[in-house]
Amino acid sequence: METRFYTFAYPPEELTLDSGEKFGPVTLAYETYGTLNAEKSNAILVLHALSGDAHAAGLHEGDAPIGWWICSNVIGGCKGSTGPSSINPKTGKPYGIDFPIITIGDMVNAQRHLIDHLGIDKLLAVIGGSMGGMQVLQWMVSYPNRIQAAIPIATTMKHTPQQIAFNEVGRQAIMADPNWRKGNYYSSAVPAKGLAVARMIGHITYMSDTSMAEKFGRRIRADRDPFKFSADFEVEGYLRYRGDNFVKRFDANSYLYITKAIDYFNLLNGHRLGEVFKGLKAKVLVLAFKSDWLYPPYQSQEIVKACKLAGVDASYCEITSTYGHDAFLLEIEQETQLVKHFLKTVSDKNGNGDGQA
Amino acid sequence: MNQVANKIEYSIISDWIDKGASVLDLGCGDGELLTLLISGKQVRAQGIDLSDQSIHHCIAQGLSVFQEDIDAGLSEYSGKSFDYVILNQTFQQVKKPDFVLREALRVGKKTIVGFPNFLYITARFQMFFIGKVPVTPSLPYEWYDTPNLHFLSVADFTVYCKKRNIRIESSFFTAKNKKVKFLPNLFAETGFFLLSK
Repeated sequence: METRFYTFAYPPEELTLDSGEKFGPVTLAYETYGTLNAEKSNAILVLHALSGDAHAAGLHEGDAPIGWWICSNVIGGCKGSTGPSSINPKTGKPYGIDFPIITIGDMVNAQRHLIDHLGIDKLLAVIGGSMGGMQVLQWMVSYPNRIQAAIPIATTMKHTPQQIAFNEVGRQAIMADPNWRKGNYYSSAVPAKGLAVARMIGHITYMSDTSMAEKFGRRIRADRDPFKFSADFEVEGYLRYRGDNFVKRFDANSYLYITKAIDYFNLLNGHRLGEVFKGLKAKVLVLAFKSDWLYPPYQSQEIVKACKLAGVDASYCEITSTYGHDAFLLEIEQETQLVKHFLKTVSDKNGNGDGQA
Repeated sequence: MNQVANKIEYSIISDWIDKGASVLDLGCGDGELLTLLISGKQVRAQGIDLSDQSIHHCIAQGLSVFQEDIDAGLSEYSGKSFDYVILNQTFQQVKKPDFVLREALRVGKKTIVGFPNFLYITARFQMFFIGKVPVTPSLPYEWYDTPNLHFLSVADFTVYCKKRNIRIESSFFTAKNKKVKFLPNLFAETGFFLLSK
């Protein structure tokens, strides 16, 4: 699919960020799949996770179950949207850590500009897992009247200290890399080691004890150099491979900014649980995975609880899987069935003509 | 339970329910009853069930369902937040029926309970003459694979309601998909009660 770009918030009409800072211009990279109907009532916004991009829908032309799918890369990212690796028009150099602190709210606000630009008044649905799920929750709170349905998957209303701690170790690994140079590395070697270690930690949290045991066991690699701290075990080789590969496609500063945005996210923000979704008319489907210990089902159940307290029309399904947090990217068949059927009923209820699976 | 058997109890339960009411079905299974109530009575329906298969089935039909254990209670719902709470064929399967029914009565303005009558005549015969735990159309399981955790009769339930100050507003009894009017504790396979507190 072709990636498109939308640039907005040119001075003096910059985006006002949650931090109060004014920021612009902002470019968002996005892709679309399927066909927008004449009433523009079948648009579905897909929100990607930490390391995703505008291609995160993972769909190929013709795959889109129903509707017109829009997948946008987030502000702060490094896949074509404005982020710390973008050129600061004021200096002609990459922003680095002069890039403003961004929040999940800012990501969603930027997406709302894109939706306006595309001429969509009301989205059929917003859907996303992990950090994408946080954006879904933010949409439910920030723009409740612009969505007909919401599907937050394997996510939480706020990070626990344990979740923040994992992110912080990742950030420290990047910042401890001598190549990081306080974020000013765009004309020199990148902090590859630091970013790779951050990603390795991430991958540990995405898998489960069971899925690791099944995938690697204690198998030893054939090409090892024993007792020299090489990657003896397959799991070590896998993590190193994942880490090194990540460096090729992701910017270390983006990793810092986006993980901070995730850690800052707190949908409750002093509100009582029952007030968060008050008045929300959208239909909600909350999905969690039994073996996910990074975003355990109890965090999804909190979302469900908030829906119940607010009288929101909601469903909750806890999918059986041994894949851990990765399940939201791997248990495609079950998820697709649930999401497809759910979207179809929402679409049919709204009298859309394209409710065909 | 086969579809025909469902019919009579569904239509009688449906008669108890006002048009446009809000209904919470605890242990909603595949959502048959809720689907019927939506089309027949335009109710605002919410189901709760624990089984993966049931949840998938319900979502496919557009029903709003939560995959939860009703034994954990309904603490997120405030008092009388549903017009009706239904416990059809689930009451005898929960771990804490007393607690679950108390929660149902708290959350629902009215509660509908349906359960197999353990002292149905065929069951009594099997116990008395064959000396075995009964296996009947309404109690189709062997002792080693039954989901039923509590065995009670229509009479047990009536006594229980009295003890707990639960008002029985209406009741009906069925056997072989027909209404039973005579000696239900002996001749009914299944008992249904409309309760309030």
